[in-house]
Amino acid sequence: MTTTTTTAREQAPPGRGGRPGGKAPATRRRVLLPARLRRAGLPYLLLLPALLLELLVHLVPMVIGIVMSFKELTQLTIGNWDAAPWKALGNYRVTVDLDAPVGAALLHSFLVTCAFSVLAVGLCWLIGTAAAIFLQDNFRGRGLLRALFLTPYALPIYAAVITWAFMFQRDNGLVNHVLHDQLHLTDGRPFWLLGDNSFVALLVVAVWKTWPFAFLVVTAALQSIPKDLYEAAALDGAGLVRQIRRITLPSLRPVNQVLVLVLFLWTFNDFNTPYVLFGKAAPEAADLLSLHIYQSSFVTWNFGTGSAMSVLLLLFLLVVTAGYLLATSRGRKHADG
Amino acid sequence: MASTAHRPPRTAVRRRSPTAPPRSFRWIRRIFLTALTGFVLLPVYVMLSSSLKPLEDVSGTFHWLPSELTIRPYLDIWRTVPLARYFTNSLIVAGSATLCSVLIAIFAAYAVSRYRFRGKRVFTLTVLSTQMFPGILFLLPLFLIYVNIGNSTGVALYGSRGGLILTYLTFSLPFSIWMLAGYFASVPRELDEAAYVDGCGPLGALFRVVVPAALPGIVAVAVYAFMTAWGEVLFASVMTNDTTRTLSVGLQGYATQNDVYWNQVMAASLVVSVPVVAGFLLLQRYLVAGLTAGAVK
Repeated sequence: MTTTTTTAREQAPPGRGGRPGGKAPATRRRVLLPARLRRAGLPYLLLLPALLLELLVHLVPMVIGIVMSFKELTQLTIGNWDAAPWKALGNYRVTVDLDAPVGAALLHSFLVTCAFSVLAVGLCWLIGTAAAIFLQDNFRGRGLLRALFLTPYALPIYAAVITWAFMFQRDNGLVNHVLHDQLHLTDGRPFWLLGDNSFVALLVVAVWKTWPFAFLVVTAALQSIPKDLYEAAALDGAGLVRQIRRITLPSLRPVNQVLVLVLFLWTFNDFNTPYVLFGKAAPEAADLLSLHIYQSSFVTWNFGTGSAMSVLLLLFLLVVTAGYLLATSRGRKHADG
Repeated sequence: MASTAHRPPRTAVRRRSPTAPPRSFRWIRRIFLTALTGFVLLPVYVMLSSSLKPLEDVSGTFHWLPSELTIRPYLDIWRTVPLARYFTNSLIVAGSATLCSVLIAIFAAYAVSRYRFRGKRVFTLTVLSTQMFPGILFLLPLFLIYVNIGNSTGVALYGSRGGLILTYLTFSLPFSIWMLAGYFASVPRELDEAAYVDGCGPLGALFRVVVPAALPGIVAVAVYAFMTAWGEVLFASVMTNDTTRTLSVGLQGYATQNDVYWNQVMAASLVVSVPVVAGFLLLQRYLVAGLTAGAVK
C-alpha cells in the first residue's frame, strides 16, 4: 500500500504540469490526453488524507492492540510497552479458561451481550419498520411525527442516557413513581440500575435511542419503491397486509441486510450506553463486553488480558459478519433466481 | 397525489385505493403512533420539566408537575461546573472534526466514484470494516501512539483538542465516504465532462459541478460527523485533561457525583442538546434524501 501511495505522489505533478492551461480548444483529444495521464496518480492523491488517518487512528492501533495481546502488560510495563516481556498465548489462555474467575466472567458477559444485542436489534428493527410503514401515507401531522421520532437519535447519547438514569432512580425516579405509587404494580420500590432489573433498563434505553436509525433508513428505502406497484396490487385486489408482505418487505430486503448488520455491530460494541447509565462498573446482569473489557484493562490495570479479550471480540464479530453476509447473500440469490 | 387522496368522500372505490387505507388500519396506526410518541417524548418531558424544578422537587418522590417554576438551575449550571469551558471545547472539537471529515470524505468519495484504480476494492472494504472494530481494542494503542508522537516530535496530541479532532474525524470517515461515493455516483458523468470541456481540471469539476449537485448528501454527512463528535464518550474520557474536557465527560461527571443536583443536570443536558437537536431537525430532510440517493441502493 505504501508503494502505491508514493507512486501516486510522483505521478501527480507531471499530470498537473501537462495540463493545457486555459487555452484548451474544445477538441476532445487535447482535453482527454492529460486527463488520462493524471488518472493514474490522482485517485491515490485524493485518497491519501483518508488513508493516512485510517492508518493512524484505526489500522496501526489495531495491529498494536493485537501485538499487545501477546504481551505481559501491567501498569509497570505499559510505559515502555514494546519492551514488555512476551507471554505467547498466556493472555488468551487466561481469558478462555472457563474454570477461572476471569474466563467465567468473560463468558457470562459474552452471553449477556448476545442476549442484549439480539433483543435490541430485533426491537429496533420492528419498531423502526412499523413506524416507517405507518408514516408512508401522507396524512396531517406526518412531518411533525417524523421529526419527533428522530429526536432520540439527534440527542447527544450522554444527555439522553443521563435523563434515563434519572428516570430509573429508585427513590426519586419517574419509573418507580408510575409503577409503584400510581399503578401499584410492585410491592416495594425496585432498583433498576442494580441487580437483575438493570438488563431491562439497559435494553429500554438502547432501544429508545437506536430505533430511530432503523426508522430513518427504512423511511429512505420506502421512498424508492415505485408507487405504481402498490396501485397495481390494489387493482388486483390485494389488501394492505398482502401489499406489505408481497411488496414492501421484499423491496426492503437489500436494505435490511445492511441495516440489521450495522445495528448488530453497534449494539454489540456499545460502550456509551452502559458506561453513562451505570458508571465504570456495570451490574452483572447488564455487563456488556465493551465495558467489561474496559474495566479489565483500566480498572484492574491488566492491559494484556484486556487486549486479548478485545481481539477475541473482533474475531467473533468478523466470523459473525462473514457468516451473515454469506447466508443472506445466498438467500437473496435464491429468492431472485 | 397522496395529499388529494387522504381526505376523499368515503366511497367504496376510494377506500380500496392504496393511498386511502381501511379504517381498521388507521386505528392501529393511530394507537401505535400515539404509544410510540409517548415513549419517545417521555425522557424529553422529564428533562424539560425537571430542569424547571426547585431542588426539593427532584430530591424527593417524583412529581409530574413542578411545585413552582424556577430558572435557577439554568443559572447555577455555569457555576457548579465549568460548563462554558466544556461547551467551548466541544464546539471547537466537533466543528473542526466535521469540517475536516467532510472535506477529506469528498476527496476520497470522488476518487472511489469516478476512477478505476488498483486497490479500490481493498480500500473500500478496509475502510468499511473499521466500523466493526470495537473501540475498546484500539483505545489504549491509540493513546500510546499519541503519547509517543508527543514525546518524539513535541506535537501534543494526547490531552489536546487536536488529538481528539483527529480521532473523531476518522470515526466518521468510513460512513461518510461510503455514503458520498453512492451519492456522487448518482450525479451524471456528463456534468463532469462538460466541466472538463469548459477547461476545469478534476478538482474544478469536483467543486464546481459534483459538490453542488450532491449538496444534500454532503449536508447529511456533515450532520452525521458533527453528531458523532458531539456525543462520543469513551475516547473523550481517556484523551482529555482538565482544560480540554468536552461536554460528554464533563456532564457524565456531573451526574455521578455523590449528591446529584438532578434539576441542574437536566438543565445542563437540555442546554447541550439544543444545538444538535435544532440543527438535526432543520437538516433532517437532507438526511433522508441523502440516504435515499446515496447509501440505500
